[in-house]
Amino acid sequence: MTADVLVPFEQVLEKFDPALGLEVHVELNTASKMFCGCPTEFGAEPNTQVCPTCLGLPGAMPVVNVKAVESAIRIGLALNCDIAEWCRFARKNYFYPDMPKNFQTSQYDEPIAFDGFMDVTVPNEAGEGETFRVEIERAHMEEDTGKSLHVGTSGRIHGADYSLVDYNRAGIPLIEIVTKPIRGAGERAPDVARAYVAQLRDLIVALGVSDARMDQGSIRADVNLSLAPKGSGTLGTRTETKNVNSLRSVERAVRYEMSRHAAVLEEGRTILQETRHWHEDTGITTSGREKSDAEDYRYFPEPDLVPVAPSREWVQQLRGTLPENPTARRARLQAEWGFSDLEMRDTVGAGALSSIEQTIAAGISPQAARKWWLGELARRANEQGVEVSALSVTPLEVARVQTLVDEGKINDKLARQVFDGLLAGEGTPDEVVEARGLAIVSDDGALGAAVDNAIAANPDVADKIRDGKVAAAGALIGAVMKEMRGQADAGRVRELILEKLS
Amino acid sequence: MSGLTRHTAAELADALAAGETTSVEITRAHLDRIAEVDGTAASGGVHAFLHVDAEGALAQARAADERRAAGSPASALDGVPIAVKDVLATEGLPTTCGSRILEGWIPPYDATVVARLRRAGLPILGKTNMDEFAMGSSTEHSAYGPTRNPWDLDRIPGGSGGGSAAAVAAFEAPLAIGTDTGGSIRQPGAVTGTVGVKPTYGGVSRYGLVALANSLDQAGPVTRTVLDSALLHEVIGGHDPLDSTSIDQPLPPLVDAARRGATGDLTGVRVGVVRELGGEGYQPGVLSRFQESVDLMVKAGAEVVEVSCPHFVHALAAYYLILPAEASSNLAKFDAMRYGRRVLPDGADNPSAEQVMRASRDAGFGDEVKRRIILGTYALSSGYYDAYYGQAQKVRTLISRDFAAAFEKADVLVSPTAPTTAFKLGEKLDDPIAMYLNDLATIPANLAGVPGISVPSGLADEDGLPAGVQVLAPALADDRLYRVGAALEAALVDKWGGPLLDRAPALATNGAVR
Repeated sequence: MTADVLVPFEQVLEKFDPALGLEVHVELNTASKMFCGCPTEFGAEPNTQVCPTCLGLPGAMPVVNVKAVESAIRIGLALNCDIAEWCRFARKNYFYPDMPKNFQTSQYDEPIAFDGFMDVTVPNEAGEGETFRVEIERAHMEEDTGKSLHVGTSGRIHGADYSLVDYNRAGIPLIEIVTKPIRGAGERAPDVARAYVAQLRDLIVALGVSDARMDQGSIRADVNLSLAPKGSGTLGTRTETKNVNSLRSVERAVRYEMSRHAAVLEEGRTILQETRHWHEDTGITTSGREKSDAEDYRYFPEPDLVPVAPSREWVQQLRGTLPENPTARRARLQAEWGFSDLEMRDTVGAGALSSIEQTIAAGISPQAARKWWLGELARRANEQGVEVSALSVTPLEVARVQTLVDEGKINDKLARQVFDGLLAGEGTPDEVVEARGLAIVSDDGALGAAVDNAIAANPDVADKIRDGKVAAAGALIGAVMKEMRGQADAGRVRELILEKLS
Repeated sequence: MSGLTRHTAAELADALAAGETTSVEITRAHLDRIAEVDGTAASGGVHAFLHVDAEGALAQARAADERRAAGSPASALDGVPIAVKDVLATEGLPTTCGSRILEGWIPPYDATVVARLRRAGLPILGKTNMDEFAMGSSTEHSAYGPTRNPWDLDRIPGGSGGGSAAAVAAFEAPLAIGTDTGGSIRQPGAVTGTVGVKPTYGGVSRYGLVALANSLDQAGPVTRTVLDSALLHEVIGGHDPLDSTSIDQPLPPLVDAARRGATGDLTGVRVGVVRELGGEGYQPGVLSRFQESVDLMVKAGAEVVEVSCPHFVHALAAYYLILPAEASSNLAKFDAMRYGRRVLPDGADNPSAEQVMRASRDAGFGDEVKRRIILGTYALSSGYYDAYYGQAQKVRTLISRDFAAAFEKADVLVSPTAPTTAFKLGEKLDDPIAMYLNDLATIPANLAGVPGISVPSGLADEDGLPAGVQVLAPALADDRLYRVGAALEAALVDKWGGPLLDRAPALATNGAVR
């Protein structure tokens, strides 16, 4: 596949105004599926979490998961939406091999939540946060589909020898959050898109309604983009880039599509209304399905489900369960922790806010918590290409590692090896220290022998110290450390050297 | 006890309780009767069954006898065998919905109705024939060949539940389960001289009932007497958490109502005769049997009023938009990918999923099914939704209002169940509209979700074939059907000097043509 002709991003804004639209699918973390009692655990053996209902067997019927409705209402409230007094599910009829009934049970003209907004903080040129209001059209409930696996050299449906379908995911509850067209973002459109998805993810995490893992598909973003002649106030033809699965990709996809649309329009050609595929590796989009003939989903109310009519008392009660607004929370935490603007921005940017908060809550100083999460752990997350929160190290473990440092059992250097052990699943921090023999040695017997060896191997240095040049002790400490593979108690080593050479 | 197949379910239950017979004897007698008269479509037999499970039924009968010997029968009908329409999922037993596309499919689960029958100890004799996916009024649209009417083997047994009605009328089963989307229990009941009940929508679980039109479908009893229907209704009815549209309320006392009705007293009951369900298009012999029934009800003490339901004239049109719309969506799952029959297209070496789907559907679905898929797809398509489906839903609301107004004036409404007696096989096969008219009187109840019963009203003078009278009640008032139905039945049986089915001709053995 080849990249399209592009207009440099900086020049797009000279002639065009972008309009964004984001459709974010959030897979809920309910224990059971949207319309049946099957478990929703990620990564189970294919087709082990299925029943007649989620397999769409003839005769089987759906029943709504009240917990999923509750999550939908809480998401709606957190997005400042109105909650429907009465709404229904509808059937969206289309064919796809991973869809057991060949229709998806979704909501159409009667979503559970509608007309909301989210104030998104976008950094400006000066690096300060600026607020941009994104209006929410609706948040509706639907079910996920199964997953196809195309077996063959290409890994794609075309040219596959055969295809396998795993229906474990079929019927997992999804909330689809759709924005109204986002206009007026100008050159900040890619940043707004990224910041919106990031902030939405933070909100979902704060609500506790989803695992919110973009890498596992529990949050998936479809990015709509159109360009209109500058100042025209109209909306151009849009493209929909499907399943963008990282924050960085959201930003890049918007940037790419803006440049591509501009190039097409500059040439006097027209944009096709179509879905596009995002290619993470090359950073481009390619044409998917053309949507020029508007698809006819033949929606109609799902006759197997009674309408959903959340009582106002329930909605009010759920309003009381909403967490602090993430933006307000951020300001509060920054003040509490004494972080600089830059430190705070890096923390948020790395997706480490909650991890640091929980580490601090375990009794660790803010700076120490930040040091591990944004240093050592961010580096490792980066190597693995995941968010820090996706690492298999918990805030409690990080806090324990720092406590071990504070108690003098290990030092920062050894702590890094403890993280190696934690990431390799070798047990708790204490177990890793024990199993790998990482504890600092302060026993005079073992240290004395190493000090003697160091003195014997460096007679010149020893003489200098005997002559009162105490600063030279560093070289001997280094030698002892080397022999003891960094595990010597440096203070005690220094004392022993000075004792022996006085 | 002799002539086991001639007894009603209530009589069999009494005999079992008294230790006069066993469930194994009863079940075997019915299996023998099936072997004797059912035959095949080709041999000209009744062909009420698509699948007979002799081994399974006898095993269940033995278990019932053991329970009774231990003094713990599971229900009032424990040990009384039953036939089930092939549209209900039966674990381990084929379920085809009368369609080639499900040929050989054995569900891994039981419909709630079936689970309740098993729990209550009713041995399941087998699965009964039906119009493909319950689309039709004659059982001629079964992909496995038609069922024949035991009163006249050249005639249809009604549809789509012709198999269930014929099995009961031919004494192959004392009880059967049918499903009624626009009259598929009541209309076959009328033309075979049996009793059929469509309960209140949501009164009997739809879980495991392969949907034709979800908002209309309702499973219910097919029996030879009103009391038997009440007994069966109490076994299969009631709330089911697996069906979100199932009513979360206890059933009214149905068996009590039937027993009360059987005393023949209808004093204080207001019976409404629906002006729009009679007259033009109705066979004179059917109308005169109906008038006779009304007269008998008056004699039993009922007060008769005429009521008008002006929107019933649009019911058929609304029904034939809503039904295909829902059906087109329901049938989309039959893509030959996961279960059912798969047909590979001719001449394609390495066919795509779409090609396999097309070939399978072409071979797997019959003409009537294809016709309704096309109709429904059209009615739902964008730009036409409001004109068709949306409009039909409005008519539905108006029909519900007609019922509400009529039930202000009357406790129950009555009409002939079907406009004519059984027509000849093949007679209306090429005229779908003529076929559709058979459900004229039954459809309004499905659109409004109200319950209805069809009780045999006698034989039409001009052809000597059975006709039925329909009684409708407000939603949740199913007990009224049983009270009025039982009273009418008592009066009619008294007049005839015995059950109507006793007048049916004897059937030749081995299903041979007479």
